[in-house]
Amino acid sequence: MSFRRAAAALALSLLAGPAVAVQPDEMLSDPKLEARARELSGELRCLVCQNQSIDDSDAPLAKDLRVLVRERIKTGDTNTQVLDYLVARYGEFVLLRPRFNAHTAILWTLPFAVLILGAGGIFLALRRRSARAGSIEAPLSAEEKARLDEILARES
Amino acid sequence: MIVEIGHYALVLALALALVQSVVPIWGAVKGDERAMALAGPISVGQFVFVAVAFSALTYAHVVSDFSVVNVFENSHSTKPMIYKISGVWGNHEGSMLLWVAILALFGALVAFFGRNLPQTLRANVLGVQAWVAVAFYLFVLLTSNPFARFGQPPMEGRDLNPLLQDVGLAIHPPLLYLGYVGFSIAFSFAAAALIEGRIDAAWARWVRPWTLTAWVFLTLGIAMGSYWAYYELGWGGWWFWDPVENASLMPWLAGTALLHSAIVMEKRDGLKIWTILLAILAFSLSLLGTFLVRSGVLTSVHAFATDPARGVFILGILVLFVGGSLTLFAARAATLTKGGLFAPVSREGALVFNNLFLTAGTATVFVGTLYPLMLEATTGGKISVGAPFFDMTFGPLMVPLLIALPMGPFLAWKRGDILAVVQRLAAVMVLSVVAVLVTWMLKGHDILPALGVGLATWLMLGSLAEILWRIKLFTEPSVSLRRAVGLPRSAWGTFLGHFGVGVMLLGIVAEGAWKIEHVLVMKPGDHIRVERFDVAFERAVPNSGPNWDEVIARFEVTDGTSNPPIVMEPSKRTYRTRSMPTTETAIETYGLFSQLYLAIGEAQGEGVAMRIYWKPLVLLIWIGTLIMSIGGVVSLTDRRLRVGAPTPHRVAAAALPAAAE
Repeated sequence: MSFRRAAAALALSLLAGPAVAVQPDEMLSDPKLEARARELSGELRCLVCQNQSIDDSDAPLAKDLRVLVRERIKTGDTNTQVLDYLVARYGEFVLLRPRFNAHTAILWTLPFAVLILGAGGIFLALRRRSARAGSIEAPLSAEEKARLDEILARES
Repeated sequence: MIVEIGHYALVLALALALVQSVVPIWGAVKGDERAMALAGPISVGQFVFVAVAFSALTYAHVVSDFSVVNVFENSHSTKPMIYKISGVWGNHEGSMLLWVAILALFGALVAFFGRNLPQTLRANVLGVQAWVAVAFYLFVLLTSNPFARFGQPPMEGRDLNPLLQDVGLAIHPPLLYLGYVGFSIAFSFAAAALIEGRIDAAWARWVRPWTLTAWVFLTLGIAMGSYWAYYELGWGGWWFWDPVENASLMPWLAGTALLHSAIVMEKRDGLKIWTILLAILAFSLSLLGTFLVRSGVLTSVHAFATDPARGVFILGILVLFVGGSLTLFAARAATLTKGGLFAPVSREGALVFNNLFLTAGTATVFVGTLYPLMLEATTGGKISVGAPFFDMTFGPLMVPLLIALPMGPFLAWKRGDILAVVQRLAAVMVLSVVAVLVTWMLKGHDILPALGVGLATWLMLGSLAEILWRIKLFTEPSVSLRRAVGLPRSAWGTFLGHFGVGVMLLGIVAEGAWKIEHVLVMKPGDHIRVERFDVAFERAVPNSGPNWDEVIARFEVTDGTSNPPIVMEPSKRTYRTRSMPTTETAIETYGLFSQLYLAIGEAQGEGVAMRIYWKPLVLLIWIGTLIMSIGGVVSLTDRRLRVGAPTPHRVAAAALPAAAE
């Protein structure tokens, strides 16, 4: 917690030079394709430095992957095809956004399950309690209303 | 000798903590006033001894006593004095010593400011606080002794990790620890309430200032860490969803929920059980954060504490306290009476809504951070969970919360009128829609950033509208000034806190959507146009500092006006002892909030790889968090919180503003 980013950079710089990830000579000349490459790079994990995308990492493997992604894009792969290709080679571990499957079902559903179950629980608790205590505020009776009007009239 | 005194003082602090963990609680059970009264002086004594220990280690660092292992490994005689001092906590052992020092400080503060607490509550709170202290003193003394010596002292030290030789290190960890450890007070109060089986609105009033204090420090600590990463690492990013960042975000989210639920408890005597649970959770998540970072369990780039003995020890502490407190909670929560009824649409309802979404957000960060570990431990499968996951889950979860946020403070307690709220916010809604349309038209017909700007506008103007409505600026301007002065400070705190969220969001949206990035090789004499700026590489200049050498790339930047060019000098530094290169970015702020950002990379042929960013409104991210923290401080000065607990005549005084809300 204390030196988190600095330590991140420490690890990176031990692996390679200073922290500049994508290099000018790697970039594609077509800005549209390059934008796609950058987008995909943010989704892919640098396998050796961990918890860094290949877009952020300076490790040699990250560079290889960046070049590979760009080669696939140049040969006309769609984004999905590029990702499939990398998963086939390196496994699911390479994806920073895990795919939804039996292994990751809990991961993907838990945030929303907490929300829905929490909302359901709150709803039930509120209903049970107000059922027990009757309605929160009984409406004013005609007599009370008349008295209230009288008080308000006097005040003004 | 001084170092040994420090070591001995730490052992004495442990001894005192042991006494404090038993005697006051025993006194509370037996009704022995003298035993209970012991808690106060012992907590202060504990703090004095830990302060001596901390000072001793600081002394060893300041005088560069390399016979101390910790100094040898993390210092160097040529290191500038500020980094000799901040280097005390720039390593595992020293940072854990800082952790226990802050824990003891909070204990002493509770003893000092809590003199008007009910006697048994005070004894139990300080007793529980001492349990935590005992665990961590043992951890430091048994696994992470900062006072160990060499038999044969070396002549020179290994220097501090260059990336930590930054003013960020001097500030970020102490702030973060004040936040983390500050939640221990809320935890101790919760455990004490469960032990006594009694809890009331006054309890919330005592706990709230401590929670608020911890929250302010944690907010500042996280923001500071984020800005440090932004300028130090040269990637231009400010949040990476790294597990270690998540470790600090989880207690922050739970702490934010706690702040809000404690209001319901204080004002309406409701949500008691839930508030107790949140107090336990907030500190448990702090402990979890300590475990994640200090054990090296994460296969994270951060894992620089890789000694398994330490990991197992902290895991033990974690299991003991989380398990113990949750068991206590399960056993005793039912004895706490349930309080106040409310309709779904009410201030209470809004705060429950807040808690629901913040809890879901905490759960998201929790599962995203720990799931890979759990999956690997149970099935051996390896997956990664990174920023794209959190962007898809945590992001959408926060949207309903932010949309609802400006409406909450407008709602009445018990039963609110949503139509009246909508009426009062009608103008703000119109302005927010205008903001969306204008952004959409001006900024390239991009709908998501436009909606983001609209939401930020809604948050900022919505919180402003609430405070203006309260002082009746639009209905009775003649009384506004008087009402503004008379308004409780907590109302101003709420306004600032919520307004800051809007400011931060505006920064996040603008930076995310409209940043400009150029990655290119530049030679001296080259120049490039970035946004409205002409960035010209003049020449490379060698330079040297006390313990490093660097090559400065001198740039001249003109902004398209007749203003004289601004010199920007990013550099690449090599620290002599560790011969490790670092990137020093050059950042120039334009128009108050936007920044031009230059980072230098590797040499390529005759030139050098450069990263040049234009970051529109980026500073608002941290200014927003700063405003949020100021809101917390302003709220702390509210008179009903000022002394921790109201004495009888203060109750009468506090009842008025409370009724006015």
